[in-house]
Amino acid sequence: MIYLKLFLVFAKIGLFGFGGGMAMLPMIYQSAATFSLMSADEFSNLVAISQVTPGPIAVNAATYVGYNAAGFSGALVATVGVAVPSFVLVILVCHFMARFRESTLMEGAFTGIRPVTAGLIASAVIFMGESTFENLTPVTAGILVLSVVLVGKFRVSPVMIVLGSGLIGAAFCS
Amino acid sequence: MFWSFFKLGLFTIGGGMAMIPLIQDIAVNKRKWMTDEECVDCIAVSQSLPGVIAINMATYIGYHLKKLPGSIVATIGVNLPSYIIIIIVVEILHGIGDNPYVLGALVGIKAAATGLIAFSAYRIGRQVLKSAFGWILAAAAFGVITFGGVNAVFAILAGMAAGIIKTKADAGRGGKNDDLP
Repeated sequence: MIYLKLFLVFAKIGLFGFGGGMAMLPMIYQSAATFSLMSADEFSNLVAISQVTPGPIAVNAATYVGYNAAGFSGALVATVGVAVPSFVLVILVCHFMARFRESTLMEGAFTGIRPVTAGLIASAVIFMGESTFENLTPVTAGILVLSVVLVGKFRVSPVMIVLGSGLIGAAFCS
Repeated sequence: MFWSFFKLGLFTIGGGMAMIPLIQDIAVNKRKWMTDEECVDCIAVSQSLPGVIAINMATYIGYHLKKLPGSIVATIGVNLPSYIIIIIVVEILHGIGDNPYVLGALVGIKAAATGLIAFSAYRIGRQVLKSAFGWILAAAAFGVITFGGVNAVFAILAGMAAGIIKTKADAGRGGKNDDLP
């Protein structure tokens, strides 16, 4: 039952996705790979596309995987799946706001989750970079290094960096 | 409200983090849906809960204004643009996906995206890794997920457990927790 599978895979991503889109990437990659919903190459295409299209990366991923697996309704089911846990949790927290903020259990849990998030994003670099590292050319190596320098040192907008790299890629890697 | 969130979904490229200042501006300054303090609460909750930050914020603000129907409308609004655009992109790629220039552009974008994620890992690492405990957890999570094939969900659950145990142990010794921001 493809719809149920899509829903459950993305509900899990929504439920355990701490620390924003980049930290969710390894989970998206692993879940989609386990259910053979997406290949490693498609995954890196998806992340590449998500850099230039608007919206949260997990929603983009849900739509992309769902659409490729089962058309419009598949995309819809996956997107609803990723949103449902957020929805329920946020509304619960709105009700129990005070208790949520003062809980030492929560405080402890986040002491552990924050460092794990950093590790997750580091793994995302490897999953994302797989195809780039395997077929490394002077041009792609240059783009990689330059994008780190531009975003880190000169605070250039990631959107501009991605658009520029797309043009360079079209000119030199085609 | 639907249109405000639809526009947010449409014009914020680069994910949830980029959306935070924009939502703040709309909710507090432009539409006066909430006060500054309420908005800070909203951001804190949205960042600490799992899930997509933009969806968390949309649900929170929607609920704050119009309870359940508000949450639903805001969440649909913020997601609809991604949904439509990704389907269009997939269709376009199916049509021209084997064009050498498109493939070349994707190669370039993938290299750049790898660099951007690497920088993001560095930035987050600098923010949250303040002790040996943090470094060990982060390195362990990276290692087991990347090379051990361990499911990311387990890494998160293990991190949670380790954090709770450490906080309890620190409290027991009367020490302070230097992993808190």
